Order: sequence, then structure tokens, then C-alpha cells
Amino acid sequence: MAGGEIRNYTMNFGPQHPAAHGVLRLVLELDGEVVVRADPHVGLLHRATEKLAESKPYNQSIGYMDRLDYVSMMCNEHGYVRAIEKLMGIEAPIRAQYIRTMFDEITRILNHLMWIGSNALDLGAMAVFLYAFREREELMDCYEAVSGARMHATYYRPGGVYRDLPDRMPQYRESPWHKGKDLKRLNAWREGSMLDFLDAFTDDFPRRVDEYEELLTTNRIWKQRTVGIGVVSPEQALAWSMSGPMLRGSGIEWDLRKKQPYAAYADVDFDIPVGANGDCYDRYLVRVEEMRQSNRIIKQCVAWLRQNPGPVIVDNFKVAPPPRAEMKRDMEALIHHFKLFTEGYCVPAGEAYAAVEAPKGEFGVYLVSDGANKPFRLKVRAPGFPHLSSIDEIVKGHMLPDVVAMIGTYDIVFGEIDR
Amino acid sequence: MSEATPAPAAPSILAERLAARFGGRIAGIVTRLGETTIEVAADDLVGIATALRDDPDFRFEQLVDLCGVDYLGYGEDEWRTSQETTGTGFSRGVEGQGPGRFKWDERPRDVAIPRRFAVVVHLLSISHNRRLRVRCFCPDDALPVVPSLTGVWPGANWFEREAFDLFGIVFEGHPDLRRILTDYGFVGHPFRKDFPLIGNVEVRYDPEQKRVVYQPVSIEPRVNVARVIREDARWAQARAEEADQWQEN
Repeated sequence: MAGGEIRNYTMNFGPQHPAAHGVLRLVLELDGEVVVRADPHVGLLHRATEKLAESKPYNQSIGYMDRLDYVSMMCNEHGYVRAIEKLMGIEAPIRAQYIRTMFDEITRILNHLMWIGSNALDLGAMAVFLYAFREREELMDCYEAVSGARMHATYYRPGGVYRDLPDRMPQYRESPWHKGKDLKRLNAWREGSMLDFLDAFTDDFPRRVDEYEELLTTNRIWKQRTVGIGVVSPEQALAWSMSGPMLRGSGIEWDLRKKQPYAAYADVDFDIPVGANGDCYDRYLVRVEEMRQSNRIIKQCVAWLRQNPGPVIVDNFKVAPPPRAEMKRDMEALIHHFKLFTEGYCVPAGEAYAAVEAPKGEFGVYLVSDGANKPFRLKVRAPGFPHLSSIDEIVKGHMLPDVVAMIGTYDIVFGEIDR
Repeated sequence: MSEATPAPAAPSILAERLAARFGGRIAGIVTRLGETTIEVAADDLVGIATALRDDPDFRFEQLVDLCGVDYLGYGEDEWRTSQETTGTGFSRGVEGQGPGRFKWDERPRDVAIPRRFAVVVHLLSISHNRRLRVRCFCPDDALPVVPSLTGVWPGANWFEREAFDLFGIVFEGHPDLRRILTDYGFVGHPFRKDFPLIGNVEVRYDPEQKRVVYQPVSIEPRVNVARVIREDARWAQARAEEADQWQEN
């Protein structure tokens, strides 16, 4: 082309790209292979969760929370029920607090396993994905044992958790796929209660984390793809509303579990890992260490829960259903049950913001109530939303493959970004 | 940042400091449930925000969240139990016009209530371990406009785009105020209380035209549970006790 001018090249990345982690459409302006501008188009998974919640009683929206960040389900529920509890001035019994702490940490491991697997896959390492999903399966079974659902548990309720931990861990049955020695190995930890299972799991898990680290931490290709890539300075991390591993990776020691403790976090012992350079590699190290710390917390919760039986939901029939046996003989209990599951409960007028340290960062719920049985306004503050908003600032000047590394390290899930 | 972060400070101290620093510039300071809320006029929003970020007493380095709120219909219920109830039966509950119960053609129009739209900002100070909520009502309800906070906290960018998209609040000075969550070419602001829950249009594939077409929604609004407000004596009691508590602090 004689006399043609050199122009930047605009490229459409996603929404069907496997490294787009769902439905991200990223419009990239490229100068050669260098990114000049990144413009994410989000909202392809927008379901108006917050508006839907305005049309139904409080308890009926707990299930929506699972579907926001669908790889850290129970943490989302935790944020939502904590906002309701704050407005109503109720507090869950101590055993429920420990159960929540334990399941929050199980969720964190679930999330980080998903992240390490998919991020490694994005950057060309297949094996990690298979390793991570092996452990995920075991923790998913805990979800299923306690709530009946592998993912969308709806287990946390205002005032506690729906029911106590099961006394028996479900076992695999013999089938053409699981038989003989294989079946025995799968069921080895499942002879006792769920706490026995988790105890065995936590004993074994650090070794498994070593396996992931063996595959990645000193891996030359992994380091070439992550060290010095996507550096987020502490100032940038604060200015762009980052939280969780994104903030800690940049060297800011901030963790709601330590700084503004909720549930039973004040009573368990754990450390906050902090990065030094704020690059993708540091955030990888932070998340790996968080898995180890979560494992520690789970172990402490298991020990506590073994020692301390007790109620797991408040004894207030206005917010929690009465026991089934009581409904058979007590008319009041039956009325309470009926009212609770039809009309729900009225939350006193006011507003509250409750945040939890979800695996991806600060998951907050801002609730405005006008005294009705439905929220007047619910705002979900999803950590991934501000993270992704900073992508233009961070990837400017990086090469195209580094955008993939950056999307991976943001740990974005479109269920929560689009809501 | 290796120095230890202080434990969360008592909110009443923050309220006092805010009152001392800003005085008449903030319309109201409320501390409830351990959270402090201030109300700021739209003209003064950026000035106060900058002071809240830079003043060593406050140091709100981070904007955690920004969202719009539509106060249309606040405190309205659909099922009045205090009035004569026997005459109308169950229909007094299900024929209400509450959220989710009307279609696009039946939507409430020309509603003008004062101070309908507000922008609510949640701030976090990492160095003082404190949170603050700032509410700013839009002066004009027909065209809600507030100044943009992107100059103070760049992270406000997408939050403001979201509030613009969902509520139609215009942020003056925003560098790139486009829709963010809704579809390309979407009409209306879906989180406004006068926007139907079932929406306006739906998409389907038209085999004759061999493309995806938009058509008016074919579903009926369906909300099973009425919106009820019940005054519960226990909450009044709890509020009174809480008020006492704050006085003690």
C-alpha cells in the first residue's frame, strides 16, 4: 500500500475466548503486539440480581448469592446474611460462627484451586488443572454433605447455618468406574463423620500444595510468564479500589479477617501473606500461601467443632424455622413456620454495609431496608468489578500474551462482575 | 506498610472529628449500627471527598463502593393490615403496584418526589481502619446530576458508569460515561423503581429473517409475596437500647 499510514490495530478478544474466563469481551488497541488501550465490555452475564432481590423476601435471595461468584459460593452468602443480621441485631451462635469460618476457608481453597488451575492453563500448563480439580472434588463433597448441593449451597441463613454438620460422610458406591482398590482408596477417609474427613484432608493437603508448587514455583516458563508482569504499585492498588490478594500482592497488609474480624476469625491463628513486587508471580505466591493458611484455619475449626456441640441457628422463630418435631405438636411453631416461608420477616428500617474477606477480595453487601419483608435496595460490592476496571491502566504497554496473564491473575468471575 | 493497623476506632470519635472539621458543610452525621453516614451537597462533594482522602485525620485512601439508590416508593407497602381488612380479602395483597408487579405500559409515569436519587459512597481508611458512608442526593430529579469522583479515586470510574447505566445518574466530569452492564442499545435505566422487573423487550431468533430480533416481552409480571411492613415492638426496643449505647460512648 503505497503511502499508507501505520495505524493501530484493534482486536476483539472474547467473549468466546477460552482465556476470557467466561464472557469478557475485551477490545484491545494494539501497536504491533503492544497493548495501547484495553476496553473491557462486561455485562454479558448481567442478571439484575440486586433488582430481583427487591421483589422477594430476604431469605429467598440467599440462593442468588451463590450464583454471583460461583466459585466461592458460601463466602457470598456470608456477606449477605451478615448484612441482614447486622440490621436485625441478631447474632449467630458460636458453633455456627465456627462452621461459617470453616466453610469460608473451604471455599477459599476451592476458589484458589480453581484459580491456580485455570490460570496455569491460560499460561500453558495443563497438568496443574488436573491436580487442582482432584482436591476440589473432595471439598465439593463437603459442600454436598452439608447442604445437599455441590455448588449452590444456600447453607448460611440469617442467624446461623441451616443445619449441623453430618455425622456420616457420604461414601462412594461401587460402580463400573469406582471398584476394588480404587473404591477403597476413595472411601478411606469417609468411614467417619465429615469432621473426620476434613481432618484427614487437612493432614494431607499441604503435601498437595507442595505438588502444585513443584509444578510452578520454580518452573522457568511459569516465571517468564509472570515475574515482572502486571506490576501493580501499592498506590495504584489503593486508588483502584483493589482488595484481597490484589492488594496484598502489592505489599499492603490488609485482610478483613484480621483487621475487622467477623465470625470466629478473631479466635483462630493464621498469617497474612504479603507480596513484595506486586507482579503476577507475587500474587501467585500470595494465593498459594493463603491455601496453606486456610488449611490451618480449617484444622483449628475442626478441632473446636469436635469439642463443642451446640445450636447452629438462633432460637428465634421469627427468622429461623422451628424444629420439625416441634411443629408436629405446637401450633405456634407451625404458624411461625408458615409465616417465615411465605411472608418472611420484616427487617427494621435502616441501612447496613457488611463485608467479608472473600477469596477474591472484599465482598460487601449494602442493604437498605424500609422496614418491609423485602430489601428496598441491595447493592453487591463484588471484588472483581473494580479489579477489572483497572485493566486499562495496568496492561498498557504490555504485550498481548501478558493480557491473558493479567486476566488470570485478577481472578475474575463474571457471575460477580456482571451480577 | 509494616506498622500495625489500629483496631477499629469507635465510630462516635469519627463523627465528632467530621463535625469539627466540616461543620455546616455536611448536612447530617448519623452513627447507627457502628457505621457513620454523612450527607453532602452535590456542589461540595468533590471538595469534601478530597479532604477526606488527604486529611491526616481521615485518610480514606480507598473508595470501596459507589452505588445509586432510587428512593421512589420508600416505606410503601402493599398489604395494609391496620385498615379494614375483611372487605377485600386476599386481593388487597396481590393487586398492589409494588416492585415487579407492573408491565412497561403500566409503569408509573411522571413521578416527581423530592430527593429521589442518591449516590452512596463507601470509603475505607486502611491506615485508620475505619469506614465511612457518604450520601449525596441529586438536586434535580428529572435529570439527576452529581460531580464525578474519578478525579479523587480513579476506582470510581466503573462504579459511576454502573450507576449511570442502572439509574441514569449523570456524573459530571466523568471521562468515559458509557453504559456498562446492559446490552448495546438498551433503552431505559433498569434499576429505577419505575422500570418493570420483567423488562421491556426480549430477544429471540427469527427463522424467517434469519437473525435475532427484539420484541416486547411476552411474560407476565409475577411476584408471589406481597410487600409488607410490620412495626415490631422488639425493633423499637432495640433501637432505644442502641441509642443509649451511643450516648455512653
